[in-house]
Amino acid sequence: MANHTHAAPAPVGGRLLNATTLVAGVLVALMATLLLVRFIFGLGSVTNLNDGYPWGIWVVVDVIIGSAFACGGFSVAMLVYIFNRGEYHPLVRPALLASLFGYTLAGAGVIFDLGRWWNVWNMFWPGSVNLNSVMFEVAICITAYIIVMWIEFSPTFLEQMGREDTKRKLSRVMFFVIALGTVLPMMHQSSLGTLLVVLGVQIHPLWRTPLEPLLYLLTAVTMGYAVVLFESCVASSAYRRKIEMHLLTPLSKIMLGFLVAYLVVRFGDILVRGALGSAFAPSLEALMFWLETACFAAPLVLIGREADRRNPAKLFLAGILLMLGGALLRINGFLIGYETGDGFSYFPALPELLVTIGMFALEVLGYIIITRRFPVLPREA
Amino acid sequence: MANRRDFLRGVLAGGAALTAGVATDPACARETRQRPPEALGLLYDATLCVGCKACVAACKEANGNPPVFSTEDQLWDTPLDTNGYTFNLIKMYRNGTMDTKDQEVNGYSFMKVSCMHCADPSCVSACPVSAMTKDPETGIVGYNPDKCIGCRYCVAACPFGIPKYQYDDPTGRIGKCELCRHRYKDGHYSACAEVCPTGATLYGKTSDLLAEAKRRLAMKPGQVNRFPRGKIGGPDQSYEMPAGTYLQHVYGEKEYGGTQVLKLSGVNFQKVGMPDLPPESAAALSETIQHTLYSNLLMPFAVLGAMTFAAKRNVKADEGETANDSERKEG
Repeated sequence: MANHTHAAPAPVGGRLLNATTLVAGVLVALMATLLLVRFIFGLGSVTNLNDGYPWGIWVVVDVIIGSAFACGGFSVAMLVYIFNRGEYHPLVRPALLASLFGYTLAGAGVIFDLGRWWNVWNMFWPGSVNLNSVMFEVAICITAYIIVMWIEFSPTFLEQMGREDTKRKLSRVMFFVIALGTVLPMMHQSSLGTLLVVLGVQIHPLWRTPLEPLLYLLTAVTMGYAVVLFESCVASSAYRRKIEMHLLTPLSKIMLGFLVAYLVVRFGDILVRGALGSAFAPSLEALMFWLETACFAAPLVLIGREADRRNPAKLFLAGILLMLGGALLRINGFLIGYETGDGFSYFPALPELLVTIGMFALEVLGYIIITRRFPVLPREA
Repeated sequence: MANRRDFLRGVLAGGAALTAGVATDPACARETRQRPPEALGLLYDATLCVGCKACVAACKEANGNPPVFSTEDQLWDTPLDTNGYTFNLIKMYRNGTMDTKDQEVNGYSFMKVSCMHCADPSCVSACPVSAMTKDPETGIVGYNPDKCIGCRYCVAACPFGIPKYQYDDPTGRIGKCELCRHRYKDGHYSACAEVCPTGATLYGKTSDLLAEAKRRLAMKPGQVNRFPRGKIGGPDQSYEMPAGTYLQHVYGEKEYGGTQVLKLSGVNFQKVGMPDLPPESAAALSETIQHTLYSNLLMPFAVLGAMTFAAKRNVKADEGETANDSERKEG
């Protein structure tokens, strides 16, 4: 393999206080206030959760979609370290940082949603755990992965703190940490799909399949690359940096490979199960299915040709579409295609939405602070 | 180019491993569970129910639940569905002129809504912390609030919509029927069956209840028969009554591997709110998938081994590179 020489990561620098961080800060403060209300008065005081819809956007968006958006670190690390594509190395740290925030907040988001959060230690207590539960597998794996990711990312902090010898010691075992960091997300991202299986007949046929784990894994990887495209474009424009097209163009081709694999499995499964008919029924579910499918299919047209993949605007748009498609797959499975009987409906309450928005604001805020003060993004030539 | 071939090979191998894992492996298949031989349950016969709701009130009292209001004056307990404080409810089906009881067209019917105590419950399979458990002898699906983390996966999983969470309480619990297991030590049994004036709700061993249900299905409509009340095998409280017109279906005999609460009705079960369920449970499918992917953690460890091998080979070269980078940075 050719020896790739990259610019070393370096802090971007600049002021931490600006319009973006100020807005993000206000949104985070708002979230904190609403969470205080939630913990004092109960889940019903700030959410529209009800007996028919026990899970709302805090579970589906903050945790299930949030963690899938946070698969950039895993997808890129797999490419670089497992498939030995060292040329993508400059993308690892920024992607990992976004993942670190996505997952840490998804983990925190779970606590906000737990109705009896003080009992959460039972999740790790041998006398309590239920090895048959998909939720148990998800919880253990996500917790482990958050810890693994902080270790994976720690060289960034160690470099800045001048702890080179600690960093060197850590680097001797880093290969194992990285390996763990690819296996754990494969496990829980697939299991997030398996969560739907036990809901059985309550799930609309278009999203009710034993192949759920494979669908969720393939889309998580695809979304991981999509997020990297999105995040690289946003970081370049916000920090007025050169866009890394020499990396993003070939990366997007790999992403399309996973996308095609997903679409083959998705439609193969629907056809084999004979569920395609319900996609043509005049229903909200069918409409949402086609919207979801359109988001997945459009990038094939948009950046199917090599020339189009050299166009940053098209890559950016394709990235957004795939993030949206993956998000819709999850919203459709867990909320739109979830039928619990007559008389129940769910749409998130304003405070509920503000908490979710606050979570994303916290991610943006953290990303800005860390990239400005710690060596994450490659130094500009 | 070797590098690109490696990449493709890796993708293919990974995909193959996953497909092999997801495709059902008979060795790990988890069969749908059946009722334990001594399973306890209820038999609800909609044709005997007069809709007096004595069972609803008795359930509230036995479980110490507060009334739930749906009317402006808030005088009576009037829940519209089961909820965190209502574990048992009588619902009504009505059609057209509502002339005849237990008739689908121009008729009406009642239906009891409470935990079915499934042979293979989705809620027990779903619960990550064993707060929802199935008693190995009685088969009662019980709830332990001291373990429950309030994730509400049981609420989402149940096809009957039974476990419900108390959203209005910062320390809310899951509420569901536990067949009054807390009253057994005082010689009592399920309060709903104890108070039922017509024997529409009958308590007993599910095997006895199933035999009783089959006996009723064999009756000629309108023919006078004896119907037990309270508890099968308890003191004789039976009475005579003309048999109703039954659908030839014991709901709960086979659904999801069977339930311990059984139901008889004159009106189509889906019409009165009972879901149409296959004989295989969702819990069995879910656990088959999980145990195939994670049996003895073989697959995760195999993948971890492969990943460690690849990473060990590739990270070394990479670390040299970052070492150079750091030197450049400091220089």
